[in-house]
Amino acid sequence: MIEETLGNDADNWDILITSRRSYFDFNIRELWRYRDLLMMFVKKDIITVYKQTILGPIWFVVQPILTTLMFVVVFGNIANIGTDGVPQILFYLGSITMWNYFSETLNITSKTFTDNASIFGKVYFPRLILPLSKVVSGLMKFLIQFALFLIVWLYYLLIKKSISPNVYIMLIPVLLAAMAAISLGFGLFITSVTTKYRDLAFLVSFGVQLLMYATPVIYPLSRIHHHRIWLWLNPLTSLFETFKYAFFGSGTFSLPWLLYSLAFTAVLLTLGIVVFNKVEKRFIDTA
Amino acid sequence: MSKEVVIKAEGVSKLYRLGQIGTGTLSHDLKRWWAVTRGKEDPYLKIGVENDRTKKATSDYAWALKDINFEVKQGDTLGIIGKNGAGKSTLLKILSRVTSPTQGAVKVKGRIASLLEVGTGFHPELTGKENIYMNGAILGMTRKEINRNFDEIVNFAGVELYINTPVKRYSSGMYVRLAFAVAAHLEPEILIVDEVLAVGDAEFQKKCLGKMGDVASHGRTIIFVSHNMQAVQSLCKSTMYLKAGQLQDYGQTSAVINKYLSKEVKNCLQRSWERSDAPGNDVVSLLSAQIIPRTDDSDVILISTAIDIEFRFVVHKEMDLCLSFLLYTTSGNCIFNVGTPTEVLKPGEYHSRLKIPGRLLNDDIYTINLLFVKDTSVIVYQVEDLLTFEVADEVRTAQWYGKWPGAIRPDLDFSLL
Repeated sequence: MIEETLGNDADNWDILITSRRSYFDFNIRELWRYRDLLMMFVKKDIITVYKQTILGPIWFVVQPILTTLMFVVVFGNIANIGTDGVPQILFYLGSITMWNYFSETLNITSKTFTDNASIFGKVYFPRLILPLSKVVSGLMKFLIQFALFLIVWLYYLLIKKSISPNVYIMLIPVLLAAMAAISLGFGLFITSVTTKYRDLAFLVSFGVQLLMYATPVIYPLSRIHHHRIWLWLNPLTSLFETFKYAFFGSGTFSLPWLLYSLAFTAVLLTLGIVVFNKVEKRFIDTA
Repeated sequence: MSKEVVIKAEGVSKLYRLGQIGTGTLSHDLKRWWAVTRGKEDPYLKIGVENDRTKKATSDYAWALKDINFEVKQGDTLGIIGKNGAGKSTLLKILSRVTSPTQGAVKVKGRIASLLEVGTGFHPELTGKENIYMNGAILGMTRKEINRNFDEIVNFAGVELYINTPVKRYSSGMYVRLAFAVAAHLEPEILIVDEVLAVGDAEFQKKCLGKMGDVASHGRTIIFVSHNMQAVQSLCKSTMYLKAGQLQDYGQTSAVINKYLSKEVKNCLQRSWERSDAPGNDVVSLLSAQIIPRTDDSDVILISTAIDIEFRFVVHKEMDLCLSFLLYTTSGNCIFNVGTPTEVLKPGEYHSRLKIPGRLLNDDIYTINLLFVKDTSVIVYQVEDLLTFEVADEVRTAQWYGKWPGAIRPDLDFSLL
């Protein structure tokens, strides 16, 4: 299942279908040609979610609101974990919005092969289009939730004047891109591995839940006093801390660790794409 | 000007695993690893039987395709025929890049689009319009191309009124028509079509065939896979015949179809026995049974072919006897039962002949039961599944290629007065 342009050799073939495939023949041009398909998948994801519902896209914001309230009660008041002086609602809403994007993208991309076996079995298109479309449609959903967060944030910023954001807010696109890339890279890797060993699929959703506790989502990093290095090694940690630092002025910003996260992300994404490309051509025989 | 070769397959082979092996759990791979580390043979790796579904597999692997070589020229319409399991679908999957060959390579010039299954990616909640864009994009069209063809697609499918209705409310016919319409308006250089004629009513089939003809006449290449010899015959200039993953024949359509019919049709047209081992009892024994097609060429029995069925048998005791002949389809329906007049038969050898005219039987596979009946009521001896023969359809002149309904297909006079 290779497509490569063979250049100006004698025969001028457009497509070569063989079993051989090198690790890095990743065809961006072909991906670009299928950009309309990517947008169609995104559109489908968005439209089908709220077809035949009364509230429609409002459902996108109900979930973070309820989760935030739950976290305020459980972690904020019962467990009394603390939020570094940031208003609890704002702290949890921000964390949840970010975390949801990561975990949902990871969950859905990690099922790329199993969820789409029937389409993959019938038509060829660059397989990477599908997980990419999930990243984008997740982003749409994220933007709606993020808008909710911004409203709450502006309320605390302008009316309550209880937070002090700073210029690092400009880093938000970088943070988002990194989150998207980590979840995609992870997801691609997992879906590739689970075509053969379904066993691992069971670990994923469970593992993501555990990962949330290994990331400063519901607690501020400052609450951890010992062995903080282990948390920093989690590439998500510096992303969340930078986010909180930028919007609330409360987290811990560390440039070296942020760079570490970005490097980690780049490696993970590359690895994910390589493995994914390797698996995609054989996948349909073992599905 | 000689036409350009647009598809070139070189030694294409595809190996599949069979059965439960490698269903994807870690334990199998661990077992394999354990066996190998103890220096034993890999328990799952015995490669190499040919893919014959009538026999039980002796290995866990089978070649779905083995060493296929061919070329297709631009503007050609190529038919691919073969029994179930001959490798047709596998070949199509490789050509449409859904899977890759285990060995060998296919080189292609131009864009390939396949209709392996129409309606891929249709989402029931989306409207007809949204699905046209969705499906078109999956099949490789850009938004611009779909825009350009949109009205034509809607027209072709005949769903103008429902274009903004979710397709889950469509009738199955509308659904299929819409799906095919999208696919039919692809503008690839090479179009792969698999059995689409099985769907839709006669009028729609006609539209589809017309469209395929159109596509072909625009210098584009079509690869058409079907069980339906009529459709292949009328659509394809050349045809490829696959059997058990191997290329049996590739050439001019009618010649290949004839070869296919004579090879694949599992006829048992003749059986005979020596007196010593003839089936029977102390009353009668059967010596031979034979079907003789009244045609010049080959053993192929067509709808129009008249056949004679002859039996030789020995009567050991004098009695009132008749022969009763039953014709069954393979699905077990009795088509008819005819008997000879009951006569007093003295011991000795006898000959009988049944004539079945042409244009009586439908295209199907038939088996014969023969009964020896005493006094028109008591069965003294019977042979089941004595002979088997297949009646093949002829090339029809009408623009319709579906399975002809009915147990028989008599040529009755039916006309306007």
